[in-house]
Amino acid sequence: MDSIARLGRYGIDFTFRLGESVLFLVSAIRGAAASLSRWGLIIEQIYAVGVLTMLITIVSGLFVGMVIGLQGYYQLVNFSAESSLGLVVALSLVRELGPVLSALLFAGRAGSALTAEIGLMKATEQLAAMEMMAVDPVSRIIGPRFVAGIISMPLLAALFSAVGVLGGYLVGHGQFGIDQGVYWTSMQTGVDLVEDILNGVIKSVVFGVIVVWIALYEGYASAPTSEGISRATTRTVVWSSLSVLGSDYMLTGLMYGG
Amino acid sequence: MMRSNSVIEIWVGIFMLAGIASLAMLAVQVSGSGFSSGETYRIEAKFENVGGLASNAPVMIGGVRVGRVGGIRIDPEEYVPVVSMDIEKRYDQLPDDTGASILTAGLLGAQFVGLSPGSSDIYLEEGDELEFTQSAVQLETLIGQFLYSQDNQ
Repeated sequence: MDSIARLGRYGIDFTFRLGESVLFLVSAIRGAAASLSRWGLIIEQIYAVGVLTMLITIVSGLFVGMVIGLQGYYQLVNFSAESSLGLVVALSLVRELGPVLSALLFAGRAGSALTAEIGLMKATEQLAAMEMMAVDPVSRIIGPRFVAGIISMPLLAALFSAVGVLGGYLVGHGQFGIDQGVYWTSMQTGVDLVEDILNGVIKSVVFGVIVVWIALYEGYASAPTSEGISRATTRTVVWSSLSVLGSDYMLTGLMYGG
Repeated sequence: MMRSNSVIEIWVGIFMLAGIASLAMLAVQVSGSGFSSGETYRIEAKFENVGGLASNAPVMIGGVRVGRVGGIRIDPEEYVPVVSMDIEKRYDQLPDDTGASILTAGLLGAQFVGLSPGSSDIYLEEGDELEFTQSAVQLETLIGQFLYSQDNQ
């Protein structure tokens, strides 16, 4: 009986949080619209979520591109099709790995920091103090972070893909001596501006919304204790990673299935 | 706590520039869309069979890219594929007896149109149609012919 009650409580709790997070998303979008006039706040947040994530994105992008270059070459050379290496590298990066991996890095690097920051603000009653001073914490705190995340994510994903393509070029041209014209031409004939690159950008915008939404909500709804903040931070990373991977599957199905 | 505002702004500026530059690089260098940003003129050629040729495939003369395939459609009267090619304006001195053939880059590579310029004094212009064309080589047909000739011996 007890375990059934626990299951029921879990279900109610889960549904409650789901509904609360959607209401939170609505108010966050309203706060984001209100914060658009305060460009200074947004710039500060772009620095915090975007610029500070730039280095890890570039380094990972370089290595991911180089690994695809290596693996792709080892397989393609069996069919003497190593001239398609550029296409393999570019398509896998632009369509999938760029948006997805940079979103996972973004969740780990920026999302967790957002949750911890807002959770601590809540625990130290800074948010309550703002309300006392008639400052709306949603438009002062949540809005700018939401906008900054949505602006940063596609830029980071593009950076990831571009660096990765260069990494693949380093391996393909530098290590295996694939002609540079062949590398770039196979890419240019096979990659489409709308179907591949624009869809990749759309994906990364969606992922940006998902990650900042979860991160901000978890911080905002966290229990105001040190334990509560640590659990909220963990939940941010776990749930935003899962949501990114799950929605990527659906987006890919929608974009390339038709 | 935060660094001074101007430092932050400079870093955000660098970040946004880097992001936009990567987007531009993906658009131009990776998808090759910026390639034919210059003016082009369109010529057409009828083939018996275009094989796996696709839109945006390169048009080359001796391995140098001079344009791209703009579209492929079926001629409604003759039921043969018509390939339209957008050639860059700077290559506007192609003789009107230029031939076109559909070639493959490597054994499994992508197909492209190879132009072989003729010797006429009259140059191709917008909307002209190439007379001499050679269709894509189809591996299945070649194998079929080979087997047939083996039988006859």
